[in-house]
Amino acid sequence: MAAKTLIIDGKEVSAEEGATVLQVARDNGVKLPTLCHLEGVYDVGACRLCLVEIAGTTKLLPACTTKISEGMRITTDSDRLRKYRRMTIELLFAERNHVCAVCVSNGHCELQTLAYSLGMDHVRYDYIFPKWNVDLTHRMFGMDHNRCILCTRCVRVCWHIEGAGTKNVAGRGATSKIISDLNQPWGDSESCTECGKCVMACPTGALFNKGTTTGEMEHDRDKLEFIVNAREKQQWLP
Amino acid sequence: MAKRIIIDPVTRIEGHAKISIYLDDAGKVSDAEFHVVEFRGFEKFCEGRPFSEMPGITQRICGICPVSHMLASARAGDALMAVAIPPAADKLRRLVNLGQIIQSHALSFFHLSAPDFLLGWETPVAQRNVFGLIQSNTDLARAGIRLRQFGQEIIEVLGGKKIHPAWAVPGGVRSGLSEEGRTKIRAWLPEAYATARVALDLFKKTLETHRKEVEVFGNFSSLFMGLVTADGSWEHHGGNLRFTSSEGALVADQVDPEKYYDYIGESVQGGSYLKSPYYTPLGFPKGIYRVGPLARLNVCERMGVPQGDVELANFKSMGKGAVTSSFLYHYARLIELVSAIEFVERYLDDAKLTTGPLRADAGINNLRGVGVSEAPRGTLFHDYTVDADGRLQKVNLIVATGQNNLAMNQTVAQIARAYIHGQEISEPVLNRIEHGIRCYDPCLSCSTHAVGQMPLRVQLIAPDGAVVNEVARG
Repeated sequence: MAAKTLIIDGKEVSAEEGATVLQVARDNGVKLPTLCHLEGVYDVGACRLCLVEIAGTTKLLPACTTKISEGMRITTDSDRLRKYRRMTIELLFAERNHVCAVCVSNGHCELQTLAYSLGMDHVRYDYIFPKWNVDLTHRMFGMDHNRCILCTRCVRVCWHIEGAGTKNVAGRGATSKIISDLNQPWGDSESCTECGKCVMACPTGALFNKGTTTGEMEHDRDKLEFIVNAREKQQWLP
Repeated sequence: MAKRIIIDPVTRIEGHAKISIYLDDAGKVSDAEFHVVEFRGFEKFCEGRPFSEMPGITQRICGICPVSHMLASARAGDALMAVAIPPAADKLRRLVNLGQIIQSHALSFFHLSAPDFLLGWETPVAQRNVFGLIQSNTDLARAGIRLRQFGQEIIEVLGGKKIHPAWAVPGGVRSGLSEEGRTKIRAWLPEAYATARVALDLFKKTLETHRKEVEVFGNFSSLFMGLVTADGSWEHHGGNLRFTSSEGALVADQVDPEKYYDYIGESVQGGSYLKSPYYTPLGFPKGIYRVGPLARLNVCERMGVPQGDVELANFKSMGKGAVTSSFLYHYARLIELVSAIEFVERYLDDAKLTTGPLRADAGINNLRGVGVSEAPRGTLFHDYTVDADGRLQKVNLIVATGQNNLAMNQTVAQIARAYIHGQEISEPVLNRIEHGIRCYDPCLSCSTHAVGQMPLRVQLIAPDGAVVNEVARG
C-alpha cells in the first residue's frame, strides 16, 4: 500500500494509505481524547471528542473516521479544539444523569477521566434530568440508561466481535436508547449469549455486572483486544 | 401580646434548622418548636436504583455518619438476599461502626458542645467555639481532635478512605483488615484511652457546677429505645430492640428490628421536614421516645467492657429507674466513647477478624429487607422493598435524629421556660436553648459541618407578623 506524507502539529510524518488520522496520531505519540473509539471494532465518529482541525476546511473533523491524504496538515490541539471538546463533554454530562460519586464505575470511567483531563470543573449547561430506567432483568448484567452516552461500543462489539446482534439503538437524537433485541427486557433476549463483551466495552457505568457497588466496576478491555488479535492475526497473546 | 421568637439557624449542629419560641400575652413561654428546614429526598429518588448501590448512595446523606448509613443499608441488602454474612465480615463491620462512634462522639463533645460548658455560656460568641477552645485549652482541644482522627483512621484503614468509604456491601464487606492496619490502630490505643479518660473526668467535674442544666435541659419522662444483645448488654450492630420507660421498666424487649413497623409509627408536623416517629402502642404524641447514647445506656444492663461498666454504674446512679435528663447525653456519649475504644481493642485481638471469606453472594430472595444499626445519634433503620430483579420500589429511612424530634421540641420548650422571663432575651440564653438541641447531637442529614460562627437571628414577632424586637449576630 502506498505511503502518504502529512503534517501533524507541525511534525512531518508518514503513514500507510487508508489509515485514519487517529491511528497516525497515536502511532506518532500524539494524544487525542476519544470515547466512542474502541480498539478492535470499526469507528462511527459518534462522540466528537477526537475532532481535529485540517488545513483547507473550516469544519472540524473526527480523527477516528477521517482518512489521511497526501500533504494533509492536521492540528490536534488549539484553543478552538479545547473549547469544543470541553463543550462536548459538558453536554454529555448534562444530557443524562451522571452522578460519579455513587456510580459503579467511579474511578474507572472513561467519561470521568476525560472530564478531568479536559478541565471540566463544572457544567455550564442546564442538566436535563431525563427519566431513564435501569434494566436489571438479565441474570448477570445490568444496564443503567442514565449513564449511557450512546457511544454504541456495546452495539458494535455485540454485532462484530460476538456476532450475536442483541444490542441495537432505538429512537432518535438525545432520546435514543440502547435496546436488546426488539426493545424488550434484556433478560428476555433470546439472542444474547451472555458473553459480557458489551459490559467490558462500555466506557461508563451504564453496563455493569449485577451486584457491583460504588466504584467496583472495572471494564477489562484487554479481553476484547485478545479476541480480535486471535481472530484477525491468529495470535493468542495473553 | 403573644409573640414568637425564632432562632435561625441553630449553630454548632450538623445541618440546618431553626427554633421557634412562642410567648403568651404575659411574656411567658407557651411552646417551642424545632424545625428542620433542609430537605434531602433520598427516600424518593432512590426508587428505581439497584439495591446493591444503596450503601454507596445512602451514605452520601451525611459526611459525619456515612458509615452508619452504609452499614444499615448493607444489612438491608443482606436481608433482601436472605444471607448470613461471613463471621469475619460481621466483626469488621462492627469494628468500622466503633470507629464511626468514636469519631462522631469526639466531634460532638470536643468540637461542638464542650465550648459551652468549658468556656462558659457567657463567653462572647466569637470565642465560644472550637477555635476558642484551642486558644484556652490547647492540649485538650488537640487531644480531642486527635481522638476524632483515631476513629477516622479506623474507618480509613478498613474502608480505604475516611469519609464515604463504599466498603460494606450487601453480603459482607469488600476487603479485610491488613496487618499493617491492625498495628496502626493498636499503636493509637493508649492515647485514645487517655483522651477519653480526660474528657470523662472533665465532664463529671462540669456536672458539679451544672446542676440547673441537668435539671432543665430536657429532663422529662419518655420511653427509651436502643439495640441490646440477647442478654441485655449494650449493642451497636446486630441484636434486638428494647424499649424501656422512665421508671426503668421494660416496655418491649427483644423486638426483631425487622418488625420495627409494628412498634414505631411516623408522624409529620407542619414547619419541619423532620419526621416524628413515636411508639405506636402509646399513640402520638404520647409515644415519645428517645434514642442515642442516653437511651442506649438506659436500655442496656451492662456495657460488656471493664471501664465502660464502671462508668455505666455511675451513670445509672444518676436516675431513678432511667436517667431522664438530656444534658446527660454528653455523659452517656463519653461512656460509649471509652467503651468503644475497649471494644476496638478486643476486636484487634480477635484472630477470627482476619480469617475466612468476607462476602456472601446471592440474588433476591426477599422482596422486603430491613437493616438496622446503631448510629452515633441513635438507632437507624433502612427499609427497602424491591422487585424480583432487585430494583427499589419503596425506601423508608428512620433516622436517629427524627426519633428524637419530639424530645428536642420538649427540651427547647423546657429550657426556654426556665430562662426566658419577659421580652429581654440575652445571647447566652439563646445559646442555652441551642445547646438543648446540641445535647442530642442532631445530624440533620448534612454533608458538611459548619465550624465557627454562623449568623443567628432572633426575632420577636407579633401575631400580625410585625417584628417587635430583633437580635442578630454574625
